[in-house]
Amino acid sequence: MTRRRGPRAWFRGDGPHTLVFLLPLLLCFGLFSWRPILDSAVMAFQQTNLVTVPTWVGWDNFERVLADPLLGTAVLNTLWFAALAIVLGYPVPLVVAVLMSEVRRGKGLFSALAYLPVVVPPVVAALLWKFFYDASPTGVFNTIIGWVGIPPQPWLQDQATAMPSLVLFATWSAAGGTVIIYLAALIAVPPELYDAAEVDGAGVWRKVWHVTMPQLRGVLLITFILQIIGTAQVFLEPFLFTAGGPANSTTTILLLIYKYAFQNSLGGDYGAATALSLMLAVVLAVFSAVYFRITRSWSDS
Amino acid sequence: MTFKITRAAAAGVALVSAGALLAGCSATGADDASDGTATVTVAIDAGLEPEARENFDARVEAFEQANEGITIEAQEYTWTGTTFAADLAGGTLPDVFTIPFTDGRGLIAGGQLADISALVAELPYADEFNPNVAQAGQAADGSQWAIPIAAYGQGLHYNRTLFEAAGLDPDNPPTTWEEVREAADAISEATGEAGYATMTSSNTGGWILTTLVDAFGGRTESDDASAPEVDSAEVAEVLEYLHAMRWDDDSMGSNFLYDWSTINQDFAAGRIGMYVSGGGNYGNLITQNALNPDDYGLTTLPLTGDDPGLLGGGTLAAVSPKASEAEQAAAVKWIDYYYMAKIADEDEAVATAKLAASLDQPVGAPELPVFGADQYAEYQGWISPYVNVPVDQMAPYTDAIFDQPLVAEPRVATQEVYALLDSVVQAVLTDQNADIPALLAGVQAQAEALYAR
Repeated sequence: MTRRRGPRAWFRGDGPHTLVFLLPLLLCFGLFSWRPILDSAVMAFQQTNLVTVPTWVGWDNFERVLADPLLGTAVLNTLWFAALAIVLGYPVPLVVAVLMSEVRRGKGLFSALAYLPVVVPPVVAALLWKFFYDASPTGVFNTIIGWVGIPPQPWLQDQATAMPSLVLFATWSAAGGTVIIYLAALIAVPPELYDAAEVDGAGVWRKVWHVTMPQLRGVLLITFILQIIGTAQVFLEPFLFTAGGPANSTTTILLLIYKYAFQNSLGGDYGAATALSLMLAVVLAVFSAVYFRITRSWSDS
Repeated sequence: MTFKITRAAAAGVALVSAGALLAGCSATGADDASDGTATVTVAIDAGLEPEARENFDARVEAFEQANEGITIEAQEYTWTGTTFAADLAGGTLPDVFTIPFTDGRGLIAGGQLADISALVAELPYADEFNPNVAQAGQAADGSQWAIPIAAYGQGLHYNRTLFEAAGLDPDNPPTTWEEVREAADAISEATGEAGYATMTSSNTGGWILTTLVDAFGGRTESDDASAPEVDSAEVAEVLEYLHAMRWDDDSMGSNFLYDWSTINQDFAAGRIGMYVSGGGNYGNLITQNALNPDDYGLTTLPLTGDDPGLLGGGTLAAVSPKASEAEQAAAVKWIDYYYMAKIADEDEAVATAKLAASLDQPVGAPELPVFGADQYAEYQGWISPYVNVPVDQMAPYTDAIFDQPLVAEPRVATQEVYALLDSVVQAVLTDQNADIPALLAGVQAQAEALYAR
């Protein structure tokens, strides 16, 4: 069974066919994915405006990025976004999914409602919310919270409330997808376990804690790492809502990369942009590796 | 047997599609010849009315007949700061395109425009340009790489309806910054709308701050453009002025993240009493934001302090560095024919104004002369029968604008320094305890690093 096959056997067997079938895929990925990745890795060591001949500058781009006072701000802002998103965005879909799995009638309606925000194109949704976030007393959200006696909030127009406002939108727009994943995982939980727990006298809360959560652990771990990677790359919300303001309070790492590359219409600092992208990719790769190394033992236990 | 054939056929399909992919990637043609024939792609405004497009096509035909061997292809183009450099690098720009004054010198220094100065020097009006305007398109040695086609000075736009609602006289707009502040306070008290608003995002915060600093008698760059001067008494004075309007008077509304297009939107919607922007902005407010013409008022910026100046701007026509010599020659002919004739040739100026007026597009919004004052007066005479903008409501501006000394934008790292200043303006408007001297010291240090590069 494990006999090694030589090149001849490869050629006379399925080898050439496999290669021919693989070719379109290899070309697509090679040209449109792997080559740009390699190019950007090279560009991180160059100074270029993409028109004149690039010059090799060694580690200069990395040094400049690391010396930029905005980098610290961007890292802290990204961590702040990630923390808020985990506190707010991670449990909400789980609670919604557990509640929905308990509902007996109209489950389809609730699923559709939960998923609806995911169907709305993100840019359209963001522009709508930007309008809702109008900070004047006559703004949509300020009018709504005014009905229950809450004074008008500055939302995006204040350095303290801008980031939570972005997380609120991000949670609203992304929760639906995660809810669907949790719902699917919940269906896979054997009903006998609940029956057994019920026989042992467990209430709803203890059933969730002792049956549902352990059964969902694998999915929870995956959605957690996806959430971390997703928030580390947060771009759309600050780009569309605040352009990084007020006073850089929502400038995230990815927005900083964008600003390096495109803020200047004369041709941006592409070297700095690719250098920071490369560093972010390395950090995320290391984080994922460590995360899976640590959590492997959790899953096994 | 059939199985084998099917498999071979499928493999063939896969191979062909792979080949097609490859072919798609190498489709860059070279179409140039040395016999004087050239194909030039030229910019055309996006989303033109059918009549305007017909007019354009007719002019292309006339041009091609007069210049045998030259073929003109039109490509829709709008200058966009974030995509321009990428388009330029990727070769997706037309051969002839327009750029704002701000970018002229930087693009020339970076070798990102074609050097057409020898061709420009042969144009009959080459030495008649207003020197203040022409320098935006000049290289360090004074050769003209890009041709100015329009110029403007900053102005104070105001909403006459809001002025009346606040008991102010819209025919006598403020003439000092103190009066601007009082008017803003009155408007915001009476109407609840923003009395005075300012742009702060996408580098416009730095742009408008620089405008005000110039008007207060300061500059943000040393005279020889060797060093930034953003940590100065005048910059601090302007920021204190904004701080007082925002926090003492609360007359600046509730949006502190405006950029060029969003502030236009809110002004046209009647939510802003006054704001500072380009003096020729009326056309955009009408065509893109459906401004009610009766609301509109325009006046000059108050100038105060020692040696104040009015920040100017404008549009340059330039040629892609990827164009061959024959294409460059054809491109300059096109710029001369299409852009310059609208200003310099009576027949073309009249025809252009007539068409715009017939399409209900604004004709006669205030501009600054690209050539001398005499030529400008002559031009105004040509188009006067077709002027359809509310000239009287712009009189406070047009009566005084030519007496204001024009200054150019900072020359080095303009956009980067503007971006740094964006966050300073935002900090002052969103943090009551903003430490202005500390903010300016920080920006000065970062700007110096940019100048040193």
